[in-house]
Amino acid sequence: MTEPLLDIRNLRVSIPTEAGLLNAVRGVDLRVTPGDTLCLVGESGCGKSLTATAIMGLLPRYAIQKHDGFAICGTDLSHNPNSALRKLRGTRMAMIFQDPTAALNPTLTIGRQLTEAVMLHERLSRSAADERAIDLLDRVGIARAASRLSLYPHEFSGGQRQRIMIAQALMCRPSLLIADEPTTALDVTIQAQILSLLKDLQDEMGLGLLLITHDLGVVAAVATDVAVMYAGRIIERTPRAELLRHPAHPYTRNLMKAIPNPGVTPRGEPLPSIPGTVPGLIGDMVGCAFRDRCAQALVPCGQDPLPSRTIGTGNRHSYECWLSDEEDGA
Amino acid sequence: MTLFILKRLLIAFFVCLAVSAISFALMFLSGDPAIAIAGSGGRAEDAAAIRVAYGFDRPILVQYADWVWSALHGDFGQSIYFNIPVSEIIGNRIGVTLTLGFVAFAVALIVAVPLGIAAAMRPNGLIDRLALILAVTGQAIPSFWLGLMAIVVFGAWYGWVPISGTEEWQGYILPVIVLSYYALPAMMRITRSGMIDVLASDYVRAAYAKGLPAHRVIWGHALRNAVLPLVSLAAVQLGLLLSGSIVIESVFALNGMGRLAWESLLRSDLPVVQAIILLLSLLYVALTTLADIVNAMLDPRLRGGSI
Repeated sequence: MTEPLLDIRNLRVSIPTEAGLLNAVRGVDLRVTPGDTLCLVGESGCGKSLTATAIMGLLPRYAIQKHDGFAICGTDLSHNPNSALRKLRGTRMAMIFQDPTAALNPTLTIGRQLTEAVMLHERLSRSAADERAIDLLDRVGIARAASRLSLYPHEFSGGQRQRIMIAQALMCRPSLLIADEPTTALDVTIQAQILSLLKDLQDEMGLGLLLITHDLGVVAAVATDVAVMYAGRIIERTPRAELLRHPAHPYTRNLMKAIPNPGVTPRGEPLPSIPGTVPGLIGDMVGCAFRDRCAQALVPCGQDPLPSRTIGTGNRHSYECWLSDEEDGA
Repeated sequence: MTLFILKRLLIAFFVCLAVSAISFALMFLSGDPAIAIAGSGGRAEDAAAIRVAYGFDRPILVQYADWVWSALHGDFGQSIYFNIPVSEIIGNRIGVTLTLGFVAFAVALIVAVPLGIAAAMRPNGLIDRLALILAVTGQAIPSFWLGLMAIVVFGAWYGWVPISGTEEWQGYILPVIVLSYYALPAMMRITRSGMIDVLASDYVRAAYAKGLPAHRVIWGHALRNAVLPLVSLAAVQLGLLLSGSIVIESVFALNGMGRLAWESLLRSDLPVVQAIILLLSLLYVALTTLADIVNAMLDPRLRGGSI
C-alpha cells in the first residue's frame, strides 16, 4: 500500500467564544493516498472548511487545535506543526479556495501571483518561472497565456479566475491538493468544466485531492471516497459507489433522499427534507449529534461511545450508529 | 494609466479654474472694495479715484482675466495694509509653514504606518492597546495646551530647545512634535483598520497557503491594499499641515501662513487673503489629484473606465 499523502488522526478544533468553547471539529480522521479523491461532504457549519484550514495550518491564532497524529507527504507533523507546515505549504501541498475573486490579490498581476511562490521555493529565475506559469495556464485552459501574465484578476471572468487559482496551486508541483468548495462560487456549466479539469490534472500528475463540498453532485462526479461530516464528526465514510447505492447512516440516507431524481421523485410534491436544525456545538457533546433529528433514534443514541460499524467488502464502508445495517430497513 | 493621469489633470485644471473664479469673487462679496480701501472717513471722490487706480471700473471679466494672468506670473497685487507686493509677503512666510508641514507630515507617517500595522497584527494585543492610548490622547489633547506644556517643560524647565521662533533649526522640534501628534491618530487608525480587513481576506490566506513567509505576505500582498484609504486621508492631512496652523504658529511664535491668513483677515487685507485662499485651494486640488494617481498606481481597478 502506498504511503498516504495526508494522514491525520483525531483532529479537534475549538474556537473560544463568549458563550464557551465551541467544538467545531470533534475528532476527525482523514487519509488521502496518491491519485485518490476524498470528498469531505457536509452542510454549512459542520466543520469541513475548518478541517481543511487546520490541515493547511492556517487556522486563526485564537483557534485551539489538537490531534493524535498528523503526517503530510510522509513528514510527521505531530510535534512541530507550524514550522514544518510552512515548508510544505505551496511546495508539497496547495489549496484552492471557494471564491477565486476573493482569493486572488486584486492589486497584483496574475503573473506575479503565479510565479512568486515558485521563485521563492525552487529559486527559479523570472523567465523560468514565467515559462512554467504559461505552461500551466495553457494547461488549465487560459488561452494566449504569455500575453496575459501582466493582466490583473479583475480582467478575467470568474471561471477563468478559478482556472488561474488552480494553475497557481499547481505551480510548485504539489502532491496533495486541498480544494475548499472550488466550484460553489461558479455557475453550473463552469462548475462541470472546472471539475473535469481537476480530474484530468489529477490523473496526469497523480495528485491526492481532498475536495470539500456540500454538493452531492460534485461527489458523484469526482470522488473515489467520501467522508460525510455532521456537527464536527465524520459519521460515515465509504467508496463513492457504495454511498450512491447504499448509504448507511440515517443522516446520509436522508441527504440522499433529498436529491431530486428525475423519473423517480414524484412530481408536484415537496422534496423530503431533514426536520430540525444542527445542534449547537458549544461545550461537550455526548452521544450521536444527529439523534434529535433522527426518526430511528434509540435509547442508547444518547450515550458514548458510539459503535463504529463496518459493512460491505474490504472494510471500506464504515459508519457511526447504533442501528445495524440489517435493522435499518433500507 | 497615461490616459487616466491625463483625465485627472484635465479635471484638476477645471477645478482650479472654478476655484480661482470663486476666490476672485471673494473680493467683491464683502461690498465695494474701493469704499473699503478708502476707509470709514473716505469721501465719494476718494472711492472713485481708488476705483480707477485699482482698475475696479473695468468689466468684471477683464479684471478676472487680468488677475489670473498676473497670478500665473506670481503677481498677486499689492497688499493694502503693507503696500508691498503680496507675493513678497507670502514668500517671506511660506518657508516656515512648508518646512513645518512637510516635516510634521513625514514624522506622523513614519510613526503611524508601522504602528498601525503592528496594532493590526494582533488586535487588542499589547501594541494595539498602547497605540490606541496614543491615538486617543493625541485626538483629545488640544494642540495649544500640548504646545504650551511642551514649551514649559522642554523649553523653560530643561532648556533643551528654544522657547519660540525659528532662528535655529531646534526651534522646529517642538512644533513638529505637536503638529505630527495632532495628525498621527487618524492615519494610524486608518492603517490599522485597513490592515485588519485585508489580513482577514482570502487572498492573504491564499498567500500564506502558497508558503510565503509572513513578511512577504504583509509587505507584498496586504499593505498595498490596506494603504488605499490611507493615501486619500494622508493627502487631506498634508493639505491641512501645509496650510499652516494658526494655533501652533501662534503658540510657538512662528511667522507662517496660518498667522498671516488670520492677521490679514483681521486687517481686511483682501489681496493677501485672496492669494492665500487661491494657493491653498490649488494645493488641495494638487494633493487630491496626486492621491488619486497614487491610488490608481496601487490598485489597477481604479484606473479603467469612466471618470
